[in-house]
Amino acid sequence: MAERNSYKTGPDEKGRFGIYGGRFVAETLMPLILDLEKAYDEVKRDGAFQAEFDLFMRDYVGRPSPLYFAERLTAHLGGAQVWFKRDELNHTGAHKINNCIGQILLARKMGKTRIIAETGAGQHGVATATVAARFGLPCVIYMGAVDMERQKPNVFRMRLLGAEVVPVTSGSSTLKDAMNEALRDWVANVGNTFYLIGSVAGPHPYPAMVRDFQSVIGTEARAQMMDRVGRLPSALVACVGGGSNAMGLFYPFLDDSGVEIIAVEAAGKGIETGEHAAAVAKGEPGVLHGARSYLMQDEDGQIIEPHSISAGLDYPGIGPEHAWLADEGRVKFESATDAEALEAFQLLAKTEGILPALEPSHAIAHVAKIAPRRPADDIILVNLCGRGDKDIFSVADHLGADI
Amino acid sequence: MTTRIDRRFAQLREKDSAGFVAFVTAADPDIETSFEIIKGLPAAGADVIELGMPFTDPMADGPAIQEASNRALKAGGSMKVTLDLVRRFRETDNDTPMVLMGYYNPIYRYGVGAFLADATEAGVDGLIVVDLPPEEDAELCLPARDAGLNFIRLATPTTDAARLPAVLANTSGFLYYVAIAGITGTGSADTGELEAAVNVLRDGTDLPIAVGFGIKSPKNAAEIGKFADAVVVGSALVQSVADNLDGKGRPKAGLVAQVHDKVTQLATAAHGARKAAGVQGSTA
Repeated sequence: MAERNSYKTGPDEKGRFGIYGGRFVAETLMPLILDLEKAYDEVKRDGAFQAEFDLFMRDYVGRPSPLYFAERLTAHLGGAQVWFKRDELNHTGAHKINNCIGQILLARKMGKTRIIAETGAGQHGVATATVAARFGLPCVIYMGAVDMERQKPNVFRMRLLGAEVVPVTSGSSTLKDAMNEALRDWVANVGNTFYLIGSVAGPHPYPAMVRDFQSVIGTEARAQMMDRVGRLPSALVACVGGGSNAMGLFYPFLDDSGVEIIAVEAAGKGIETGEHAAAVAKGEPGVLHGARSYLMQDEDGQIIEPHSISAGLDYPGIGPEHAWLADEGRVKFESATDAEALEAFQLLAKTEGILPALEPSHAIAHVAKIAPRRPADDIILVNLCGRGDKDIFSVADHLGADI
Repeated sequence: MTTRIDRRFAQLREKDSAGFVAFVTAADPDIETSFEIIKGLPAAGADVIELGMPFTDPMADGPAIQEASNRALKAGGSMKVTLDLVRRFRETDNDTPMVLMGYYNPIYRYGVGAFLADATEAGVDGLIVVDLPPEEDAELCLPARDAGLNFIRLATPTTDAARLPAVLANTSGFLYYVAIAGITGTGSADTGELEAAVNVLRDGTDLPIAVGFGIKSPKNAAEIGKFADAVVVGSALVQSVADNLDGKGRPKAGLVAQVHDKVTQLATAAHGARKAAGVQGSTA
């Protein structure tokens, strides 16, 4: 496929990245989506808004997050150098807070007085509850009942932060169902409510807006790399569920043709078993939650329930910009299984003294496969997008440990 | 070109009667029972049938219609089954308009061209696709219109004067006013506000206006039938399907008759709404 002059021009005025994206929402929500688009376009050009965002990034989130050379992991793998962008060191323990700060500042500017969000692993729920507390706004978090069970610490954390956590029992009781329920809430409370979407998913302008707020990750990493080693990495690796951490790291590098970009989907029990969450590998284009993208679905267009050990990757779709980048061949999509992620989780704990979240453990699992085959002057930059404290109970469970 | 929908609303207008639109989900609670329900709807008083296309993720629907979708999918419901039900219905009824209502993904997956061909052949008259706003008209609305199907748009309490022309632009058949900002089967709107909202819509269009969402009782139907061209009820009907299942989810004897009774009560109220209003008016 011919290379484009730039991969950074999307979305178009209809909110499309190629055929993906769009605004597939109920009419009740349409005027709000248009308002949001207008408000977001304004703040993008508003220096005062950007300055406020930057200030919160520095003093509240703790940015810039460090760029770290994983020396012992590199030695263990015996090939390319592995570097981490350490977004797990952010306030609340994951990259999710970057986007939450951006959106709540926007919500405040739009005069909205109530915040709702969906959450899978609970990291976005915690980050949303955190910023809602910080700005004194009431907050309702929709979370699948199954996810509440496997992410108990995060449920408690959200409640401590003053959020109401509503268990969702429809469908598979996971992330997609939480998103359905949040959309139902939004449609019924359109006047005062801001829906703080946690991934590069949903109707336009969410995918672009969330990408822009998360791009702080890649922008920092690019500058830090140039500063530390004087060149760009040879490859970027990030896990993808909806894909916000990946988009945030990738976006500033999209036009650096020498940088290979790899997204790692959750292969669950194995792609061949059907029990996975690999929308690009095994999905077909479809329309869900406001956008067209790759979707896990049957031949009748019914959504297939995904599976992953990691609640944050347990989503049947992927952000529309990723779908487009996959078709364009700019981002390569790979996958890692539950078992490989668990192994990578333990490997990082023992070699680097870092407990990664199960989500980036998928990215590390892929790095463990490719690094040994690559030369020592290759640099692989991995987005370590969350810490694993929240996962110790489910990891213990999978390892048969009693805690 | 007139469609079954146009003809039916012309007849209602001639009689100065509000119509009754009955929503049921295709293949709920199973394919054969669903067929019996659909087949008897006109005789029970339905002027227009809205047939729900089951979907796993019905974002704009409340629990009653979500459950109906789940039951239908479990019973083998699919786009193909939905179209078969329409085809079988048309063997005995060539007049009652049949509108398919649902979400875009099952249509998109079926293939828009194939879907329009098969739906037209089966005897479908119109489409209501909740997650296709005017901004996405090129997807299905315009091809459907070219295929001779009505594309019925939803106007809502958030549709303001600036937005209304966009909503009306490619709408045909009738306009569906969503009475509440919310999901199906939940709270009810204030009748006075509803009437005012419908009057605003009438300034912008000559299309018949049907009102739905949150209408549960014959009393509601009678109130709304005074000013709306048709009253739509869905959740209350699929709830009566749910209420007539045994512990294992199988239909109890009399389920079909119970659903039809419910339709008759609601339809009678809608049909009589203006006569009742007239009598009241003359004695006042």
